Amino acid sequence: MSLTRRQFIQIGGAAVGGGVLASGPTSKWWGLDANRVEDPGTDGDHVVATFCELCFWGCGVLAHVKDGRVTKIVGNPEHPLSRGMLCPRGAGATGLLYDPDRLKKPLVRRQKRGEDVFEEVSWDAALNRVGDGLLDVKRKYGPEAVALFTHGSGGSWFKHFMKAWGSPNVGAPSYAQCRGPREAGYLLTYGTPLGSPEPIDIANARVITLIGSHLGENMHNTQVQELAEAVGKGAQLVVVDPRFSVAAGKARYWLPIKPGTDIALLLAWMNVMLAEKRYDAEYLASHAMGLDELKAHVADKTPEWAYPITGIRPELIRESARFIASARPASLVHPGRHTTWYGDDTQRARAMAILAALLGSWGRRGGYVSPGKMALAPFSVAKPFPHGPKGVADKPKSGGYPIAGEVIASGLCDASVPGHALYDLKAWIIYGCNLIQALPSRKQTITALQNLDFVVSIDVLPAEICGYSDVVLPEATYLERDDDVAAPAYKQPFLALRQEAVPPMYDSKPGWWIAKEMAAHVGLSAYFPWKDAREYVDARLRAGGHDVAQVRAKGVVLGKPVPTCEEEGLPVQVATDSKKIELKSEQLAKLGFDALPQYYPQEEGPPGHFRLLTGRAPTHTFGRTVNNRLLAEPYPENEVWVNAGVARALPGFDHPLRSGDRVWLVNQDGARSGPVKAKVTERIRGDCVYLVHGWGQTAKKLRYAHGRGASDAELVTRYKIDPIMGGTGMNVNFVRIEVAERFA
Amino acid sequence: MKKRYAMAVDTVRCVGCSACVISCKTENALPDGGFRDWIVQEVRGAFPDLSMEIRSERCNHCSEPSCVDACPTGASHVAEGGVVAVARNKCTGCKACIAACPYGARYVHPAGFVDKCTFCLHRVQKGKQPACVETCPTRSLTFGDLEDPDSPVARLLRSRRSRVLQPEAGNKPNVFFLS
Repeated sequence: MSLTRRQFIQIGGAAVGGGVLASGPTSKWWGLDANRVEDPGTDGDHVVATFCELCFWGCGVLAHVKDGRVTKIVGNPEHPLSRGMLCPRGAGATGLLYDPDRLKKPLVRRQKRGEDVFEEVSWDAALNRVGDGLLDVKRKYGPEAVALFTHGSGGSWFKHFMKAWGSPNVGAPSYAQCRGPREAGYLLTYGTPLGSPEPIDIANARVITLIGSHLGENMHNTQVQELAEAVGKGAQLVVVDPRFSVAAGKARYWLPIKPGTDIALLLAWMNVMLAEKRYDAEYLASHAMGLDELKAHVADKTPEWAYPITGIRPELIRESARFIASARPASLVHPGRHTTWYGDDTQRARAMAILAALLGSWGRRGGYVSPGKMALAPFSVAKPFPHGPKGVADKPKSGGYPIAGEVIASGLCDASVPGHALYDLKAWIIYGCNLIQALPSRKQTITALQNLDFVVSIDVLPAEICGYSDVVLPEATYLERDDDVAAPAYKQPFLALRQEAVPPMYDSKPGWWIAKEMAAHVGLSAYFPWKDAREYVDARLRAGGHDVAQVRAKGVVLGKPVPTCEEEGLPVQVATDSKKIELKSEQLAKLGFDALPQYYPQEEGPPGHFRLLTGRAPTHTFGRTVNNRLLAEPYPENEVWVNAGVARALPGFDHPLRSGDRVWLVNQDGARSGPVKAKVTERIRGDCVYLVHGWGQTAKKLRYAHGRGASDAELVTRYKIDPIMGGTGMNVNFVRIEVAERFA
Repeated sequence: MKKRYAMAVDTVRCVGCSACVISCKTENALPDGGFRDWIVQEVRGAFPDLSMEIRSERCNHCSEPSCVDACPTGASHVAEGGVVAVARNKCTGCKACIAACPYGARYVHPAGFVDKCTFCLHRVQKGKQPACVETCPTRSLTFGDLEDPDSPVARLLRSRRSRVLQPEAGNKPNVFFLS
């Protein structure tokens, strides 16, 4: 053994020479004391099983509580969505709980909406103001003039309030600003929307095709777990994305497509599979209709046809099509999630659904599977709910969006501008969604807000939307409250509990309490007969024959596993009226839309402009987590991705743009956002730029997030509405890049 | 038998989500700005011919730890299972170890001592996995005893191609990257 001088000196001070480098107990401080193993002491003195609300996936977690503080959050191994593992946001929930910027007391507005000037008041004063505001609108315009925007599991109490109040106008941006087109596309093709969690069997797929989905950066825990599991078992990825996403980095085939041309690629893939008879003919013969029409429709949509449209070489289109077909039926075309891109999104989702059918993957292992749901009786409320004559006001007077399966949040916003819808909305209740960033066109949203008689928001943080509210009610975080039972449809049916780990901090209150008190202030107490959420949930659990104490200890109940696919004995389920997979949609034809998906070119941007694309970072859930200082450590702000070649010679720049330079993004209508750091990278096409959504917050009271990064929402001044279901396509904006300042 | 703790990081599975980073921070109550593990994305090539490797990195718990050699007070030491550790009470915060570490695995804790990954030895002693390993949603991280030929980490390293970072530094790391 050769020794350096330092080693020699160190050994000289220790009792036994050679042992120093290898083992702990012998390495001593001048031989006096043994080195202790540092224990940070973060294990809780008790542990509470609940489920996460940092995003909307709802993973089961265990909250460690020590001396009244939550020290850490870990995955609940019994919960089917976390399986003991968490994403960074789930693990970072203490950053929300102990966020110094949290709403601490009820607030009442003192100046113009949007100026964000408030006075702290008592709960009683705030609730009186809410009661007066809502009752005033009811007296003048009827109960339907009140709308609820809600996102998150605590919203159930406010949805119940709306049933009691008598308004059908309850919407979430998660439909028409996110999943909606996909839901419509699969509904039209298979008779059922997909919902969340998506009923897909990623773990057993052998080829996984992602169309603009950036799973891995989009961090839906169980899906990412399954993606890694599949990749670990040798599954291959085909990734279609203008950006070299994390998934693209693992892909066998990356197709860096020109944005907005996905339908052309999908049609060309179908062309190859049909022409070369690589589709599942037997499956289609028994389960589908419209194959001949589809064949005729795509006969001329060859890879050579798609090449100039998509920028993808014909041989790559052909090869990837063959590769995708080679693994059928365990060849999963992932349905995506945030699908509101170009206003023709339902048709793109249809094309993906049709492709999945050609692969015979609907109802098959490694494809789309049937979930099960654990039934739990509702808490019975003796008083019948009122039912007024008015329908939902989420569509224009002239009608439209015939396939919308959920309420269109942007439509509710439009209905708040007088004369737009069948009747006007006059008051908003906003639960946990920052409509300023969630809805397209900030200007329209603010105009709608300024037209309202009354606005109340319920939130954990002083989000931008709070600044436009008349009353702001501080909600406790998910770690400080009980909520209703979660029982989503899933491959493994289950129930999960939301349970208070620590009491609410400051003067915040749980959603169930706020809704119950709001009801009391408008004379609707009879609809809220439970003492608290715990009594409500326990009653539901007992009615379902569950051992309440046991469920509370574990936080989750597993249902009997159900067969989910043909391989497990479940025949292929198709829920359309025809009971067949509708490759050609007669329903769309009747409504005057294309019965088979067509490619239509998207408008191009002005010269010197780049198409603005957006996505997710695994550490953040839109703007909801951007003020979380713990999550900000690995991801402190968003950056605008700019192609390296383009960055060398940007119009208006006398020098090459470098990573870390601050720039302004200015869109085609002059809207600006920034300054934001540039990320100069080979990982994106030259005709687009990319931002992670949720940054560029204008709310001053979010002291960390305020002004950090750029807001894509600010730059979405235009959008294209999907005429089929009302989704707002937001990838139709273009930005130019202006230099802000230069960092060495 | 003497243990030799090691970790295999599967770069094929890892998506670089940073769950390991956050769980480490809360498990070990790390200060703001202090990291014991981190994510590296290494991109090669030019558009559209690209490749990328994503790694969850931490102290390599080297068999020939230059940081321990550099430590003038004996605070940096080799603990149970070959884990490279810092005895806080002996550390003066001189940063000689930081200069000596080829991997940037150490930082100065605001309380004045140098801090780094411990492989969560306090958990391992209780039969638990390190916090990053437990939470990793892609199961990219495998921790265990390399001296035990049946341990998952030993088996994985036998069956898969792996490499260590900067082998030329001569530190003989015990964190291996599978590709």
